[in-house]
Amino acid sequence: MLDHMITIEGLSKRYGGFVAVDDVSFTCKAGSGTGFLGPTGAGKSTTMRILTGLTPEDSGTAQIDGVRYSDIPNPSTKIGVLLDASAQHAGRTGREILMISALTMGLPTKRVDEMLELVSLTPSESKRRVRNYSLGMRQRLGLANALMGDPEVLILDEPANGLDPAGIHWMRGLLRSYANRGGTVLLSSHLLNEIEVIADEIVVIGQGKIVANGTKAELLSTAGTFVKSLEPDDLLKALVTAGISAEPSGDAGLRTDSTAEQVGRAAAAAGVALVELRAADGAGLEEMFLKLTEPTQRESINPEGVVA
Amino acid sequence: MSAVAADPRPAVAGASPIPFARIVKVELRKMFNTRSGFWLMASIAIIALIATVSVIIFANDSDMGYGLFATVIGFPMAILLPIVAILSVTSEWSQRTGLTTFTLIPHRGQVISAKAVASIVVGVVSMLLAFAIGAVGNVVGSTIAGVDIVWDVAFSDFLLIIFANVLGLLVGFMLGVLIRNSAGAIVGYFVYSFVLTTIFEVLANVANWFKTIRPWIDFNFAQGKLFDAPVTGKEWANLGTSSIIWLVIPLIIGVWMVLRSEVK
Repeated sequence: MLDHMITIEGLSKRYGGFVAVDDVSFTCKAGSGTGFLGPTGAGKSTTMRILTGLTPEDSGTAQIDGVRYSDIPNPSTKIGVLLDASAQHAGRTGREILMISALTMGLPTKRVDEMLELVSLTPSESKRRVRNYSLGMRQRLGLANALMGDPEVLILDEPANGLDPAGIHWMRGLLRSYANRGGTVLLSSHLLNEIEVIADEIVVIGQGKIVANGTKAELLSTAGTFVKSLEPDDLLKALVTAGISAEPSGDAGLRTDSTAEQVGRAAAAAGVALVELRAADGAGLEEMFLKLTEPTQRESINPEGVVA
Repeated sequence: MSAVAADPRPAVAGASPIPFARIVKVELRKMFNTRSGFWLMASIAIIALIATVSVIIFANDSDMGYGLFATVIGFPMAILLPIVAILSVTSEWSQRTGLTTFTLIPHRGQVISAKAVASIVVGVVSMLLAFAIGAVGNVVGSTIAGVDIVWDVAFSDFLLIIFANVLGLLVGFMLGVLIRNSAGAIVGYFVYSFVLTTIFEVLANVANWFKTIRPWIDFNFAQGKLFDAPVTGKEWANLGTSSIIWLVIPLIIGVWMVLRSEVK
């Protein structure tokens, strides 16, 4: 087994003039969780489809344990994949969908019942046709399908979509325990908090390009200080006077690269009362993420009056 | 929720490849285990039964004979079997199940071949079932009518009729692979077998040069000879050349596209 279970190198894919995936490279360590984070349309799904051999790449390579997905014999017994829980025949029962996978992989049919139990789909629910499933039930069925072959790698595209808060909590627990047992998980989402619990490493993609890549600790504890006052304009003036540059962050707060002590002293010198002063945990990542999504958002963040 | 079930195993290598026979078996199951698929299959037997009963009720006693039953049952088969073949392919795209199928088996050529084999198996078994229903109808009908039971279909005719229906089924299969959309491929099949036939018919009537080459290039025309035994060597040759144009070449193009396409 290689140290890197999933290796993506210089991967590119264009559709006409649109570059969906632009020279993407990253790795997923064996036995760790990797969060693949990016706004909708950033290239997450395309990358994952190339990784599983569904979409041909224009250039670059995507390998699992040193080989292409399609070169793995009976791949679903090694790699569990869930790309789109809605991509199922509406007229087929949940149970039959799992049965097809079990038969294809050559697994005993009792595995189907085990998986249904694992994702908490009742026998009567499993005999209903997928047409009558909620998106949450489809996600559970999709997870059951992905885990069926007892894989050591899981590739999941937005598996939390359509799950209620209890469902998301359940899925996190399931994936966390899977990763703790030595499984490798590549999990995509457009929401940071959905992958935070599972991901040891985070890869951020925006407009087809990797914009950040590192351990969760590195990315979330961005160096810097978050500070907030009820008089943001006075606070900014105080900081500028002290030679501290700051950027707007969150709701009327500021983020700076200076230490909490420097910021505190500057505020004290100007007589500005602070309501918050702390290490800027995750603020850097969140800002980067907001910037990425900006072109696709109707309302952009307006940093009026708070320009350092 | 058992913790064991989510326990990953070490090492990616070491699994044996999925045997082709298993893929065929799974593809056969997939043709029956959807609601639409089940009723499509059931309709083959139901329609054969309705056709048989209709012959018993409406046919003249003097016409009663196995040939009549075989002809009446054969017509709906020629429409249903291609649709069976079409849906086995197109549902992977129209219902988007291909996302699962092609991650379970990342060798699309194998999946398409297995679908072809499964479709042919269903076609042959359906024809045998339809013939059996017709045979029962012939015995019952002739007895009711009080006429002698007539078996006027030779064994070689059986084989030719089955072969002709398998060819029709393969045309559906080819259109499914080429068009990869259920509605589109079914419409395509009717255009192919009715509109095209009419155009060739008209063309043959107005242009003499076309009339001479028609047997060589009109696949439907060539297939018609299979129902008119004995089939001559030239007619087999006609079937061969026209099938290359209307079945083999489009199928090769379709498979080539499937292998290179993106599954979304």
